[in-house]
Amino acid sequence: MASQEVIREEPSRGSFINDPKVRSLVFQTVVVVLLVGGVWWIVNNVIDNLTRLHIASGFGFLRGRAGFDISDSAIAYTSDSTYGRAIIVGIINTLIVAAVGIVTASIIGFFVGIGRLSRNWLIQKICTVYVEIFRNIPPLLVIFFWYSGVLAVLPTPKESIHLPFGSLLNQRGIYFPRAVWGDGSWLIFVAFLVGIAMAWFVARMARQRQMATGQQFPVLWTSVALIVGLPLLAYALSGFPLSLDFPKQSTFNLTGGFVVKPEFLSLYLALSFYTAAFIAEIVRAGIRGVARGQSEASEALGLRSGQALRLVVVPQAMRIVIPPLASQYLNLTKNSSLAIAIGYPDLTATAGTVLNQTGQAIECVLIMMTVYLSISLLTSLFMNWFNAKMALVER
Amino acid sequence: MQEHDMSWVRTEMVLAQPAPAGVTGMGAWVRKNLIGSVSDTIMTIIGIALVALIVPQVINWAFINAQWTGPDRTVCLTAAQAQGGIQPDGWSGACWAFVNAKFGQILFGTYPTEERWRPILVGILLFVLLVPMLMPKVPRKGLNAVLLLIVLPIVSFFLLSGGAFGLPHVETPRWGGLLITLSLSFVAIVVSLPLGIVLALGRRSNMPIVKMLCVIFIEAVRGVPLITVLFMASVMLPLFLPAGVTFDKYLRALIGVSLFSAAYMAEVVRGGLQAIPKGQYEGADSLGLGYWQKMYFVVMPQALKLVIPGIVNTFIGMFKDSSLVSIISMFDLLGIVKQNFSDPNWATPVTAKSGLVFAAFIFWLFCFGMSRYSMYTERRLDTGHKR
Repeated sequence: MASQEVIREEPSRGSFINDPKVRSLVFQTVVVVLLVGGVWWIVNNVIDNLTRLHIASGFGFLRGRAGFDISDSAIAYTSDSTYGRAIIVGIINTLIVAAVGIVTASIIGFFVGIGRLSRNWLIQKICTVYVEIFRNIPPLLVIFFWYSGVLAVLPTPKESIHLPFGSLLNQRGIYFPRAVWGDGSWLIFVAFLVGIAMAWFVARMARQRQMATGQQFPVLWTSVALIVGLPLLAYALSGFPLSLDFPKQSTFNLTGGFVVKPEFLSLYLALSFYTAAFIAEIVRAGIRGVARGQSEASEALGLRSGQALRLVVVPQAMRIVIPPLASQYLNLTKNSSLAIAIGYPDLTATAGTVLNQTGQAIECVLIMMTVYLSISLLTSLFMNWFNAKMALVER
Repeated sequence: MQEHDMSWVRTEMVLAQPAPAGVTGMGAWVRKNLIGSVSDTIMTIIGIALVALIVPQVINWAFINAQWTGPDRTVCLTAAQAQGGIQPDGWSGACWAFVNAKFGQILFGTYPTEERWRPILVGILLFVLLVPMLMPKVPRKGLNAVLLLIVLPIVSFFLLSGGAFGLPHVETPRWGGLLITLSLSFVAIVVSLPLGIVLALGRRSNMPIVKMLCVIFIEAVRGVPLITVLFMASVMLPLFLPAGVTFDKYLRALIGVSLFSAAYMAEVVRGGLQAIPKGQYEGADSLGLGYWQKMYFVVMPQALKLVIPGIVNTFIGMFKDSSLVSIISMFDLLGIVKQNFSDPNWATPVTAKSGLVFAAFIFWLFCFGMSRYSMYTERRLDTGHKR
């Protein structure tokens, strides 16, 4: 006991230079001093430069008149709108292209990933070639390929290519028939929402019943019937209010219909095909990551192969797949900023235009970064929550 | 005890029989891998249809119908598309003549023709130093690494930029093409790995301020697209500096790309650090090693080995991302190809496609090579970690 007391009284083993606590304190002080000094120097320079260039700092410029047109806008926008509104249009466009891109990339990626594990030699090789080509090419190049290589050399509107369902394809994009909603069509949307709610409710009830009694209920078909059937019924009841506005050829251009511009189309196709290659690899790794014993055990329990896949393999594969999948979705969203290269008005492009017109470099870059950063952080928060929910519940 | 009625016992082994005809050879392979079941057969038919639809078209376009040489655009035009077009109606093929005519630019940009031996020499030096570095059997890796990662960049800088040793100065706006793509990604690789390691160590450090700064930097950079970082480097950096101090545009892009990839590298390295069991750290501590000794001799060799695939993936990503500098009007491989689309002398419907396919092929060669090499290294270094 006595000797231990002695040791405890003399903790320092040497000079005070070797004490890790002192060292870390000194080191951190140095870092903070350097950082503060650097920031102070930068801020001083910025103030200097701004006064020299006669640029007023602050976000007041967002209320100024934009004066430029945006070709694709989901909300009302004219060149008389404010800079702020132009940037909001950009944010919405970014979200639109990211959302449709994510859906398409997931679908392609899922099938290609399954295909790479197929026992069918030919399918496996085709999927491998697809993955190896798209993984190793810059996404910007894929965008240019679609934009200048494929879409720009399509025929003029006069010689449009006719696609099924009255759609037309030419240099200026794809023209789809546009749905014109007549009176009473709100009923269809209501029916759709009700269908989804009822399907969810049925699934819940079925689950509870299965837990309690072991009896199963055909949830899938009931849900499909509810979600598709109810709107159809509403459509019939409200007197078929939906009509289609087909694109028509006039002398120089096409009128009517719903246009998907080549800028959007090339960005969307490129992002989907590019990201799908990565998603395919993730799906493949996820399925291969489930131990072989799991599928053997489900066979031993008498599950059919579809059931084994749905109830045993996929839920476990999901746990492996979800984190990298989330980061691929984020990558797709971030890659949508490449839109600026072909002039699709996403956030980067509109903020870039605003930057060029106003010279408010710091504010514009800050807006861009903040928006992307918030999208990323929100997505990762959601994914963390989802991941925790899906995580293996252990004892 | 028990009576055995062994009326006949075999005294010699039965000779091995050849496998039944149904399970070997071509036919069996086809049965097993292509037409195993009804759905398999359907998939195979779809696959064959797909291949039959795409492959002949691609071969036709890229090789059979392609125009390999020619003085100007007329060789890649049909008579209907423009006057002087020599191709028959409905012709579509690659215009490799365009690539051929612009080949010098694609490699070097507008680097002065009489000085082009300099980038070529740098390329040869890079090749001579890189190849032995990549071959595991060649000795003297330490010297090789110093030459490749420290001496070569310095020598290349003086060779490419000039202005010393009697070499005329070549400004970076005249650099271009593959020269920019390769030099940018090489420097970014050389800078980002050590920087990423430092950031990863900082993120796992016990010092709260250092840790916080590293976390903020890494997460902020990873949360935004590279193009905004490049924007920042090209429009904000000049504002950060005192009046009159200007930075080369190439250098600004270099800083942007390096910092960006360092953040990704840091996360990869952190993954490796986390995978090292605690006992290794404690073992190093108990041997009396200091922090840097512990990291250098014990932790890093194991951690980096674990994350080689991740590091190479980051390299590949960086190589692909270097193409984004074309957006801030620098002419890298992709930028220079794209710039030449506007050359009226070569304006044809197939120019863009041919140029882009060629650029894609070069990018693909490098990236695919890197990923294959990483797979090879992974197998070679796999020293008993696999269960």
